[in-house]
Amino acid sequence: MKGRSLPLASVVAFGYALLYVPIISVVIYSFNDSRLVTLWGGFSLRWYASLLQDDKLIDAALLSLRIAVVSATFATALGAIVALALHRVARLRGRLLLSGMITAPLVMPEIITGLSLLFLFISMADLIGWPMNRGATTITIAHITFSMAYVVVVVRSRLSAMDESLEEAAMDLGGRPVTVFFDVTVPMLMPALVSGWLLAFTLSLDDLVISSFVSGPGATTLPMLIFAKVRLGVTPDINAITTIIIALVAIAVATASIVSSRRRPVAAD
Amino acid sequence: MSGTDNGNGGHSLRWLRRAVMMPYFWLLLFFLAPFLIILKISVADPIVAQPPFTPLLEWGAAGFEGIRVTFSNYAFLFQDGYYGIIYAASLKMAAIGTLLCLLLGYPMAYYIARQPPQRRQILLLAVILPFWISFLLRVYAWIGLLNNRGLINEFLIGIGVIDRPLAMLYNDFAVYLGIVYSYLPFMILPLYANLERLNLDLLDAAADLGARRWQAFVDVTLPLSVPGIIGGCLLVFIPAVGEFTIPALLGGADTLMIGRVLWDEFFINRDWPVASAVSIVLLLLLIAPIMWFQRLQTREHEAAR
Repeated sequence: MKGRSLPLASVVAFGYALLYVPIISVVIYSFNDSRLVTLWGGFSLRWYASLLQDDKLIDAALLSLRIAVVSATFATALGAIVALALHRVARLRGRLLLSGMITAPLVMPEIITGLSLLFLFISMADLIGWPMNRGATTITIAHITFSMAYVVVVVRSRLSAMDESLEEAAMDLGGRPVTVFFDVTVPMLMPALVSGWLLAFTLSLDDLVISSFVSGPGATTLPMLIFAKVRLGVTPDINAITTIIIALVAIAVATASIVSSRRRPVAAD
Repeated sequence: MSGTDNGNGGHSLRWLRRAVMMPYFWLLLFFLAPFLIILKISVADPIVAQPPFTPLLEWGAAGFEGIRVTFSNYAFLFQDGYYGIIYAASLKMAAIGTLLCLLLGYPMAYYIARQPPQRRQILLLAVILPFWISFLLRVYAWIGLLNNRGLINEFLIGIGVIDRPLAMLYNDFAVYLGIVYSYLPFMILPLYANLERLNLDLLDAAADLGARRWQAFVDVTLPLSVPGIIGGCLLVFIPAVGEFTIPALLGGADTLMIGRVLWDEFFINRDWPVASAVSIVLLLLLIAPIMWFQRLQTREHEAAR
């Protein structure tokens, strides 16, 4: 019963190949000198060099990073409050509506989220004159709204696994609620807050559909720019961008695993 | 049971009650209100103006004069056979994609769940890892592989299996592949969670009682893993129905999926009322699977406590 049969193992191998072959092929071909995807023209860094000269692309990347940092931070703060309230306050007014509104974005098709938010911004501009121009701000608002839902999921699962006696002890020892919250609860929640933030950051950095709807003429995020390019087929400079992103993710994952392995005794998941 | 309004928590809870108003209003304004607006626009007439639809509430000199509602946009959806075909095609493609995902994801989850704990962690991490790399770029990566002059065709021609390239890109095949590839982790994770909890003693008992391996799987493991199967399938099916990026990048001109049609209706035809009606109908189609998923989640939450 250990699942060591050959057919099973080959299906599993196929599955992992499916997950990794596309990524690996992009990395290899990002160093290809030839413009043609299949022709190996020798090792070259020319696509990386061309990225550095592409001002539009650098602007789009910086805009995306800015939006991702701001929206992840707000989403983590708001999401943590929602998770705490849903978990700790038993008789919360409007609880059903709140938990409905916080889980719905997880399953809402993003194309509908994008369309409906755009209509909201247009109606608001009509009624109160804000936002006059759509761009970074409206994209950030949209990203906070949908990534908050993911933060709540992460923080809630941490809360239900957490031992509350430490906080109670701190309270019994006369700690003021705010002090106890920041000195005891927040550090205990830290792993969930960090992974919630990273999740929100990644989701924001990656979003194409919702950004396309709520953006204005002036603001093009990195996914929007990439989408416009790859719609026409393979372009070698996109291979180079992909490789850079893979490298960044690899570094982040390695750092996170080193940090968490050092913390293991305390975190005790 | 989780912490509740108990004695010593009173102060911090008052603080929390006040603080939660912020995200509450945020969600009312940026999640619920947009939803109501889209509902409203879907019953408005299109006009050539900015914004291009008639107002729902009419304000005359004497104040509020009435509500204008038209169901012509919905009637248009149903009379025009085009949309019916697209909804059916989207549901079909999502269903087949989900099934293929299950066929690949189940053996993987089963295999991982039966490894020693150390290996399990690594294998699971390897499933999740690609998720952190941009979804758009991972879908894009397939273009280079599936192309007529892509790696797979060149390889197959090189080893002499075929002599003309297979048409693998810009058709339904590529979309199915894209769905399986992109959503595989969402299938594997709930299945794994379920299979890992599964009591292996039951399997041993079945083996002791002389059941053959396959029989033990069909009679014991498979029925016990049904909640995981349903959870994984819903997690793939629900987003796949409204998927935009995969059909837009990998699909052909005849790959009609509702996400893509909605995009065109909005960005190209600029018919907002019809686009709104299209999305409301899409949501109605998804309500049953979403409710099912919610119920499954609540049950899981309660079981975990």
